[in-house]
Amino acid sequence: MGTVTTTERQVPTKERKLVEMNWDPITRIVGSLGIFTKIDFANREVAECHSTSSIFRGYSIFMKGKDPRDAHFITSRICGICGDNHATCATYAQNMAFGIRPPDIAEWIVNLGEAAEYMFDHNIFQDNLVGVDFCEQMVKETNPGVYEKAERTEARGANLHGYKTIADIMKALNPFTGAFYRETLQMSRMTREMFCLMEGRHVHPSTLYPGGVGTVPTVQLFTDYLVRLMKYVEFMKKVVPLHDDLFDFFYEALPGYEKVGERRILLGCWGSFNDPKACDYTYKNMTNWGRKMFVTPGVVVDGKLVTTDLVDINLNIRILLGSSYYDDWQNQETFVKTDPLGNPVDQHHPWNQTTIPRPQRRDFEGKYTWVMSPRWLDKRTNDHLALDTGGGPIARLWSTALAGLVDFGYVKSTGTSVKMYLPKTTSLPEVEFEWKIPKWSNAIERDRARTYFQVYAACCALHFMEKALEEVHAGRTRTWTDFKVPEEAIGCGFHEAVRGVLSHHVVIRNGKIANYHPYPPTPWNANPRDIYGTPGPYEDAVQNTPIFEENGPDNFKGIDIMRAVRSFDPCLPCGVHMYLGNGKTLETHHSPMFGLQNDR
Amino acid sequence: MAAERAPYGRVTQKEPAVAEVHIVWITAGLGCDGDSVSITAATQPSIEDVLLGAIPGLPKVHLHNPVLAYECGDDFMKFYYDAWQGKLDPFVLVVEGSIPNEKIKKEGYWAAVGTDDKTGQPIPTNEWIDRLAPKALAVVAIGTCATYGGIHAMEGNPTGCMGLADYLGWNWKSKAGLPIVNVPGCPVQPDNFMETVLYLLYQVAGLAPMIPLDEQLRPTWLFGATVHDGCDRAGYYEQGDFADDYGSPKCIVKIGCWGPVVNCNVPKRGWMAGIGGCPNVGGICIGCTMPGFPDKFMPFMDAPPGSKISTNMIQTYGKSIKLLRSITNSTVNKEPKWRHPHGELSTGYHPRTY
Repeated sequence: MGTVTTTERQVPTKERKLVEMNWDPITRIVGSLGIFTKIDFANREVAECHSTSSIFRGYSIFMKGKDPRDAHFITSRICGICGDNHATCATYAQNMAFGIRPPDIAEWIVNLGEAAEYMFDHNIFQDNLVGVDFCEQMVKETNPGVYEKAERTEARGANLHGYKTIADIMKALNPFTGAFYRETLQMSRMTREMFCLMEGRHVHPSTLYPGGVGTVPTVQLFTDYLVRLMKYVEFMKKVVPLHDDLFDFFYEALPGYEKVGERRILLGCWGSFNDPKACDYTYKNMTNWGRKMFVTPGVVVDGKLVTTDLVDINLNIRILLGSSYYDDWQNQETFVKTDPLGNPVDQHHPWNQTTIPRPQRRDFEGKYTWVMSPRWLDKRTNDHLALDTGGGPIARLWSTALAGLVDFGYVKSTGTSVKMYLPKTTSLPEVEFEWKIPKWSNAIERDRARTYFQVYAACCALHFMEKALEEVHAGRTRTWTDFKVPEEAIGCGFHEAVRGVLSHHVVIRNGKIANYHPYPPTPWNANPRDIYGTPGPYEDAVQNTPIFEENGPDNFKGIDIMRAVRSFDPCLPCGVHMYLGNGKTLETHHSPMFGLQNDR
Repeated sequence: MAAERAPYGRVTQKEPAVAEVHIVWITAGLGCDGDSVSITAATQPSIEDVLLGAIPGLPKVHLHNPVLAYECGDDFMKFYYDAWQGKLDPFVLVVEGSIPNEKIKKEGYWAAVGTDDKTGQPIPTNEWIDRLAPKALAVVAIGTCATYGGIHAMEGNPTGCMGLADYLGWNWKSKAGLPIVNVPGCPVQPDNFMETVLYLLYQVAGLAPMIPLDEQLRPTWLFGATVHDGCDRAGYYEQGDFADDYGSPKCIVKIGCWGPVVNCNVPKRGWMAGIGGCPNVGGICIGCTMPGFPDKFMPFMDAPPGSKISTNMIQTYGKSIKLLRSITNSTVNKEPKWRHPHGELSTGYHPRTY
């Protein structure tokens, strides 16, 4: 059965005056995303929505029959901002399928590259894309009253970040002209240089291979990385208080803002950064080495940790249809009947998926998207949970905090929080930051977690740097393990793409790819109603969102909806449109030109 | 008084032939937005250099790219509509992602952006290209998907997608007489693209002649040389010293690098700020800038068939050269014999006073 993920609102549908509005495309994200809503201005909330995508490419189709060694080169091209996460995840699946274990230093190099990716990507998204929703120009246009308050509100961390008032922070976020906007853009370049040191090129890496890396581990390589990392560490000591000030201000200035983008706490994290001392890439040991990851995998339901077991996570993934432009594969071939431990594998698990596209007209009452509906089957209740990733960081920190498994000096998980230590830098002393489990899974907390995870990634990089140098100093500089491609094999990789859970499932037959299904975060977040009628997370979070914008319908920007959607860090080469299902439509217009006056 | 007078040096500054130019960017091909993300990494020049007027002689530039735009939804689509209706003139059209074949199916769409007011259906990307290309001063295809089809146009693909020149025609010319400008790369090397834009802006401003392009419509100064020409591992090749292991710092031609036959400047230029790249840092060249990418280079990790002859031929020559060089190398690794602490001068100078 499906899961009720939202509380039914008590306003009777017939009393509503609903205005259909769309924003297509949603900009300042990666990929084509549109939002269709119907808004109840009288009650100042979004009534309901559907989500739909506008692009289909067909990776799982054209990868069939290809050489399994090509998988990471090909799948990197799925995403233009976190393609390396795909490449990395693909090599994890290759390593399992080929039965190989890279040398330790190769794992540290990959981890350093992936840490740089988090540092870069969260940074550019937070302050050059999301940040614009909080900039002076935007706040003045949507909530002039809030901007006036911001001018009068002193920033608590002014002595650290240098911006005296909240309005000064907002001004610094103005696109291109804002000082902090330009500083972060420049920082996004330096972190990409760090990435390129380890993985060759951003965003489609050149030096990753099954079995290890081609990167040459010299002293110079790590020095070049370290000096840049320390500049980033100093930068983050200012960015954390800056964002805390900005986000706290929104709660203060707009009481009730915690409802924006709020949904039930249903978070998934597939774990990140393998520990080469533990990870042998065998499926049968996956439970153990998964728990040794530097970001703990887990499923968090209503604030409780349901599992940290990657085998459990793997077996309960279900890919459902319902509103997507595909035919079902129930009667198609079953590629994997049981996993290597003998557990049965469902026909709707990615290992057994057959993708059969059926392009058609968009119909919001029927099929309306290219995205399928990934769900996680909670065995306790038999619910197909519409887990979200919250854009990545909130799920990673939440899972890691609750599990209490991570403790490596720079980071300590306490069971209720995550503590992070940053050493002294050029002009600032050592600092400890603590991310505490928030009360809500909402837009502001998703955004706040992103800033804290930037620190987390930097802490991990400091540790990986030490471990990598230990290898170099000991002369263990071999970076690659040879292998043979088996005739028949299966593999899976679990990773955290920047914006959340990432899995790759491969089936090899006759030495070729027989089946390959990547599941990136955005299908988890941007999916439509499934066969049980359960809406996807964006749909769910947006339709809960109250409207705080001061503008009436005539010049409505939908800023609260934008903040809700962007908090998930949408990354779609697929898209989302949101639309009201069962309310009676009075009038239909496109934003910002619509005629129905609200009667608030 | 002095403040009102133009400073002497202002005579060096010329008004651009066109005061303002718009860049209208479509990311809604079959792509990954990796090229838009890539250009945010550029520093030679950076986007802000171009947009904030940091480069002399350029027109004022307005960028309308979905990944970076302040505007959202219809506020953003207005740029597309205005460009279509001639209200955003002149503009340069940038297309990202490969162009699907929408004719091969009965209904629906492979790629779309924006919604048709009347039908409520998505507007196919191809329709936007049909609307905007004839109105554009110049059309630039960014990345290998848009230039030649790229990864999504791989054998066995369900969408029948292709490059922009395949779609519009290889002899297509803009209303200003420019061919399509292709800047391939998967993704595009950041500075390669921004530099091409800079050239086109100079051309628009009347400060540069027609952009020089090769037969594949690439800027000649960027794609005239091969990966191998600029690779710092080419020296190993010359000496017939080949890696058989991906962890080796030597030439990786025998384990899948296509550098000797691929047009690309990345090993020479680095990926960004001179850092990174492909074979120069241990990544086999998979030919990602090429019209034949990816199929003609797969399986990527096998040696290119043509490399067998050339690497065998070079081994005889290369190994003897390497041997001779190693002898010379050990000679030049020793200091001349007159540098010593003994009580005699043996440099060849004959002192008269001591």
